[in-house]
Order: sequence, then structure tokens, then C-alpha cells
Amino acid sequence: MVPGVTHEELAISVSGLRKSYADNVAVAGVDLAVPPGEVFALLGPNGAGKTTTVEILEGFRTRDSGQVSVLGIDPAKADRDWRRRVGIVLQGTGEFDELKVHEVVRHFARFYPNPADPDEVIERVGLSEKANSRTHTLSGGQKRRLDVALGIVNQPEVLFLDEPTTGFDPAARREFWDLIRGLSHTGTTILLTTHYLDEAEALADRVGVIARGTMIAVSTPAELGGRHLATATVSWRDDGGPRSEETDRPTEVVQRLAASFGGEVPELTVTRPTLEDVYLKMIGENGQGAA
Amino acid sequence: MSTQTVEQETAQPAARQAGAGGLSLALAQGGIEFKQFVRTRESLVFTLLFPVMLMLIFGSIFGSTIITPPGENPAVTLSQYFVTGMIASGIMATGFQNLAITIPIERDRGVLKRYRGTPMPKWVFFAGKILCVAALAFIAVVLLLGVAVALYDLRLPDTGQKWFTFGWVSVLGLIACTLCGIAFSGVAKTGRAGPAVVTPIALILQFTSGVFFEYQDLPHWMQQFAALFPLKWMCQGLRSVFLPESFASQEVAGSYELGRVALVLAAWCVGGLILCLLGFRWTTKREG
Repeated sequence: MVPGVTHEELAISVSGLRKSYADNVAVAGVDLAVPPGEVFALLGPNGAGKTTTVEILEGFRTRDSGQVSVLGIDPAKADRDWRRRVGIVLQGTGEFDELKVHEVVRHFARFYPNPADPDEVIERVGLSEKANSRTHTLSGGQKRRLDVALGIVNQPEVLFLDEPTTGFDPAARREFWDLIRGLSHTGTTILLTTHYLDEAEALADRVGVIARGTMIAVSTPAELGGRHLATATVSWRDDGGPRSEETDRPTEVVQRLAASFGGEVPELTVTRPTLEDVYLKMIGENGQGAA
Repeated sequence: MSTQTVEQETAQPAARQAGAGGLSLALAQGGIEFKQFVRTRESLVFTLLFPVMLMLIFGSIFGSTIITPPGENPAVTLSQYFVTGMIASGIMATGFQNLAITIPIERDRGVLKRYRGTPMPKWVFFAGKILCVAALAFIAVVLLLGVAVALYDLRLPDTGQKWFTFGWVSVLGLIACTLCGIAFSGVAKTGRAGPAVVTPIALILQFTSGVFFEYQDLPHWMQQFAALFPLKWMCQGLRSVFLPESFASQEVAGSYELGRVALVLAAWCVGGLILCLLGFRWTTKREG
């Protein structure tokens, strides 16, 4: 539970969530608390239970047990008023074949009482040049941006993004991140699942790691797995070849090296474990390799 | 006072959405569906032009073969008989085949799931499909009638009574076929399986219901079988509109049985609605 926020004030709250399919347990007791305005990233290998969890929160799937509340309402009993306040970007891209981008966005805007201006939404997701193109002519990344446009056209209070940037080129991902940051600044609560650790690091206030249907860690990206406390590795080269030293006090080591080399230290680097290192270690310890 | 104003402001859009807004939403949904259909060349060709092509092919084969007993006036040609069956088939194609094939594709693509994630009322989705199908069926019937009048001496109804019969047979038939099409969309597990599941059913019904062959010449068991389904009754109702009164004596029952036509088609409308509510799925099975 997030300190200082009561249960009722949370945008998303989950406790003891369980869901099994015929032959396997998809979610085996997930707890989650996301306060309003937070960007929360759900990390985990394929088959860990991310999508099942998110789709239960979206009201698409039933659960076996546990408490779930999104905007104070159980998604299993979601009514149309609730749907008006929630934005959903599903994992797969949907196509509307022969319809044009602006026709689709305009049509979905009709479903909501206070939609954003469709042209502005198209602009925000960077599809203005394609507004008059039929959706089947869009590239994978452009289709995904159309998905996002349909997810935000209602100006949602809570936005679910299931692997939103899969198939994006690096530049498109950066643009997408800016879009998400913009939404976050306007107070939208965002729950996103992703495979990309740099994405989680760039966007999320907090990350949760799911493995085998349970949440094995929840933390800020900087502190996940005690990463901020981990020892640093100082590496350099001397006459004998590459050298490295693990230390809690890297600055001292660097000063010592600088003194002994009398200036520049050849090939000096100071590194700490990346989010990816920490994540892979966690997943590995849980016996579930990144599939 | 000020809090009241705020409440009113927030309540208003919701009310608008539920009332008159729902209807305009349904019209918009129908418009989007129609736009999608007419821009897809394959569906245009197969759903609207295929019945016309069949009519032309069979019309040239049958020519002006007369199927009424010699000397009877007015004479009825096999082509004229066939035309009534093709109109019924055209209605079935736009309602039943069209929806039973396209809905599983949309379900596969996640289009249906996406609609479920919006506050769009469920009925608006179905209303949109029905409006689209109605527009398409109207176009199909006009096309078929145009060709039949121009090439096969089909006479348009000459009395208000016959136009009325034409109207209700078409509308009831279309509603029954549309609802069955929506219900049947739950049978095909994947979009790819759709045509394979639906086409044989349509063909079997066409062969046994008096579309490709004269119904009265079919084996008894085949007649009994076809009489369970709407197409036979749609054909029979349309024969009463486009063929002379005297031809009724050629019917198996010795009359066009319009009362029974209405009854069976209405029963299929009700049954179709029930099947629709039971059989329709928004998501694929594996998504549970």
C-alpha cells in the first residue's frame, strides 16, 4: 500500500488476485496499489500473467478470487459510466481496413460525452500526415499509434497500455514516450506493461515485476532490487591489461587511480547494475527465464 | 446552488447519450459499417453482384422454358420462377452469409473487443449491422429486379396488395436471416473458418428450397427438410408477388399459403433473436 493514500483514494487497487485457466495458473495472488496520477509499469516475461492481470482490470476477463477496484469500481461490474472514464490500448493492433484514420477516431469520439478533439488526438499521436489514409495502409508502428489515439480520445482518468511500443522504431518510441509523459502531466493515471526496461525507466514512477503469476518486487526504477545500494564496478587499463574493482566507494577508487596515474586513467568507467541486470537476475531467481 | 449547477452539467451528457443520442449513434454505426462494406471490393462483388451473375448464368441456360401446363394463360417461364428464388437468395446473402462470415473476422482482429471497451451500448453494435444489411439488401433487390425486368419479362407487382406482400416477406425474411447470421457467427471459431462453415449451408438451402430447381418437383423428404428453414418460405412468398395467381395451383399446397409464410418467418425472427443472445461472442474462445 502506498503511504499516505487510503484504499478509497487509489486509482487502481488489487489484492489477492487469482486466475486459473483449465490447465495452468495465470495469476497466483497479485497485489497492486496505484495512486491517482502515477505511471506504473508492469514488467515480466511472456506468460507471467501481465496481460491477464491487465485484462481483468479492464473488465474483459473474469477472476477466480481477490479484490479489484479501478476508480473505485469493480471492473467485473463495470457500467458505461465507468467505461467513459477508462482508456484501453489492447495488446494486439486492431484494423478497420477500409476506413480512414480520421474516420475511425471521429467515430470512437462519438461514444463519449466529452471527447477530445479528434484532429488534435491524431496530431498528438503523430498521425496527422496519415489522417486521410486507410488504416490498412499504415505501418505497424502507425497502427499502434492509432490504437493509442482510440485509447485517449475520451480523455481517460485511467489509461491501460498493454505493450504499447512493440514494433516501434527508436525515434517513434521516443515520440511515444513524450506523448505518455504529456498525458501523465495532465493527471492521467497510467498502467503500462512492457518488455523494454528502458521504457519502464523512462516513463514509470514505479515498476512492478511479475513472474509466475506473482508480484515479486515493486519499487521505483532506480531502487528496484536494491539497485541504488549495489556495489559499483570501476574498470580501467594499466600495463598489465584490463583491471576492475568492485567497491561501495567508487569516488575514492577513482581518486586513488588518478593520483597513481598522475592524471588521466586509461579507459576509465564506473558502472552500476542496469535495470535490465537487476530484472534478469530477479526473473532468473524465480526460475522463469525471459522467454 | 453552485453545486447543483455542476451536477446538472455532468448529468446532462449522460442523459443525452442514453436517449436520442443512442439512436444517432446507431445511425452513425450503421454508416461506418456501410462505408466499410462498400469500400471492400470483395464483399461488394460476392455479396451484391454474385446473385446477379448467377441470375444471368441460369437465365441463359433456362432461356424461355415454359413451366406452366400447355395452353395455360398467363404462361410462366423457368427464368421467371428462378428470379423469385434469386431475390430471396440475395436477401439471405446480405443477411446470413455476409454477417456469419464477416463477424468472425472482426472478432479475430479484435475489432469487437475494442467496441466492448467503449461505453457504446451493445444494441448499437447490432443496430449498426442491421441498418447496414438493410441498405445492402435494398440495393441487392433493386439490382436483381432491374435485371429481371429488363431481361426475363418479370412484371413488377401491379397492385398495392402485392407490393405490401413483397414488403413484409422481404423485411421478415431479412430480419430472420440477419439474426441467424449474427447467431451463426459464434459457430466459426476463426475468421478463416467462416466461409467454409457458412457457404455449404447456404448452398444446401438454395438447392432444396426452390431456388435452383422447382420446389414442387423435389423429392418429398427434401421438401420437408427445406420447409423447416426460412428460405423456402421467402421464395414462396415472393412467387405470390411476381408470378400470376393461377400459378398457385402448381404449388405443393395448391396455394401460396401466405399466412403460413408469415408465421414461419416470424417464428424464425424470434428464434433467431434467442440464438443470437445465446450464440454471440465478443471475444475469441482462447481469450475466455
